[in-house]
Amino acid sequence: MRNVYVLGTGMIKFGRYPDRTVPQLGAEAAIIALKDAGLSIKDIEFFVSGNLLQASAMVGQRILQQIGQTGIPVVNVTNACATGSTAVREAYMAIGSGMYDIALAVGCEQMGKAGLLGANRDGVTDPAYNTEGKLGSGLMPAVFGQAGIEHMRKYGTTLEHMAKISVKSHQHATKNPFSQYRNEVTLGDVMQSRMIAYPNTLYMCCPTGDGAAAAVLVSEDKLRQLAAGRKRPKIAASVLTSDPWTERDLTWPDVSTLTRSAAKQAYETAGIGPKDVSLTELHDCFATAELVHYENLQLCGDGEAAKFIEEGGGKHPDLGGHAPVNVSGGLLSKGHPLGATGVANICEVTWHLTRDDRAKERQVPDAKVGMAHVIGLGSACTIHILTM
Amino acid sequence: MAQEAQIVTDSGPRPIVPYLKLEPKPHLIGSKCACGAVYLDPKRVACSKCGASGPFPTVDLSERGKVYVFSVIHQSFPGIKTPYVTAIVDLPEGVSVRTNLLDVDPEQAQKEPHKIFGMPVEMVTQVASKDREGHDVIAFSFRPTRN
Repeated sequence: MRNVYVLGTGMIKFGRYPDRTVPQLGAEAAIIALKDAGLSIKDIEFFVSGNLLQASAMVGQRILQQIGQTGIPVVNVTNACATGSTAVREAYMAIGSGMYDIALAVGCEQMGKAGLLGANRDGVTDPAYNTEGKLGSGLMPAVFGQAGIEHMRKYGTTLEHMAKISVKSHQHATKNPFSQYRNEVTLGDVMQSRMIAYPNTLYMCCPTGDGAAAAVLVSEDKLRQLAAGRKRPKIAASVLTSDPWTERDLTWPDVSTLTRSAAKQAYETAGIGPKDVSLTELHDCFATAELVHYENLQLCGDGEAAKFIEEGGGKHPDLGGHAPVNVSGGLLSKGHPLGATGVANICEVTWHLTRDDRAKERQVPDAKVGMAHVIGLGSACTIHILTM
Repeated sequence: MAQEAQIVTDSGPRPIVPYLKLEPKPHLIGSKCACGAVYLDPKRVACSKCGASGPFPTVDLSERGKVYVFSVIHQSFPGIKTPYVTAIVDLPEGVSVRTNLLDVDPEQAQKEPHKIFGMPVEMVTQVASKDREGHDVIAFSFRPTRN
């Protein structure tokens, strides 16, 4: 594989855009990323579009119908919540393989005020046979709630530990103008907000929303030609895993094993260890998810997530923390427009590594290595490690 | 012809999922691979643990198991009554099922979650709904074991 670099990035503020179409959201992010790269759509040789809820509606082509119909190959990808990061990885592979030198990855989504996600209908045509609520719950808050409960069972972790993750995320988000929510919340606010699926209260669940993000990736040769002396991050690892067979995975999705395997591969490929990571953007769809991923990504040892939180782990150094996680506000505050998420966290990591003004207020000092993790239920896990 | 007539006149109850059998008394079934993996799928094509191809022998599953994890659902789709307790129950045959947990107070479960972990439970069935053709649809749940 050839070296691949992130030349340009763009995202729009996550939020609600009822007056815009999905391709319009994607087009806006794409134009920002192209401008950031100093390129035009005419320079792009290959385009990957990630979108989940309109997966059958040729979103990638419709974005080009907005920004430039150059006739280039377009691939539309879907991989649950890992849709956007899978789009980035496809673009990475297209350049790494030597087939193309400049590729664009865009992730976009419009969820509106969609409610709960994830009940499995398994091709049932008569609603009388829907199992949701009759044979337990397959809704996302339940699946991820139980991941927190399992941690509770194994290590005695409490709801309060998990609630602190949400307090931290909201604190971080106040410094991110791209975040859907920018309000601070207290531990009391989080613990006393409406329970959704124990132990996840309302503020421990990510919101639904709309958004888009884009990244222009280039080969090393092109970087030399185009970067004009600007130093750009290298994609030192781009890993994708699916759920391996584990004891309960088919009954209750195991979100940990595939993340652990992806982390191991990513660290090996990048030739670094967890201590070398300056900042991590991980998939905190629920506070309970962030809790287990601290350990899955080896940011702390097994069973040490509660201690990690107590000692300021995951908090921005400006707030007295270390090993910062989700300084963007994470999915909990920044939002989680499904297809956009995996590209947005590449933007966030890139901004810190390149001292981009867009991360100005929340810049992680001395950031040299950044990690972006996404998990899509079903399941798919991506990890990207970017280095300067 | 005889078969068609039978389908038309069969107004008996139907299980909500194919791995629930109602006769002779309600019980769960699984497909068991030689490697030991058990699947809640009577038509399992192959084993995703070892890769062996099916068909696999059907095994009757125990009606008793132990709670591994649970959650209390406070928000669900319209028409689903909340709060209720959802749980993952481990069966002795080496497979887990997702189920509602009856006779456990949701509020108490949240206060003392450790009391639920490992709790011995047993399966019960109930009419969950009526399908478009008028059949009673039977679901299963688990509740703390009664002796």
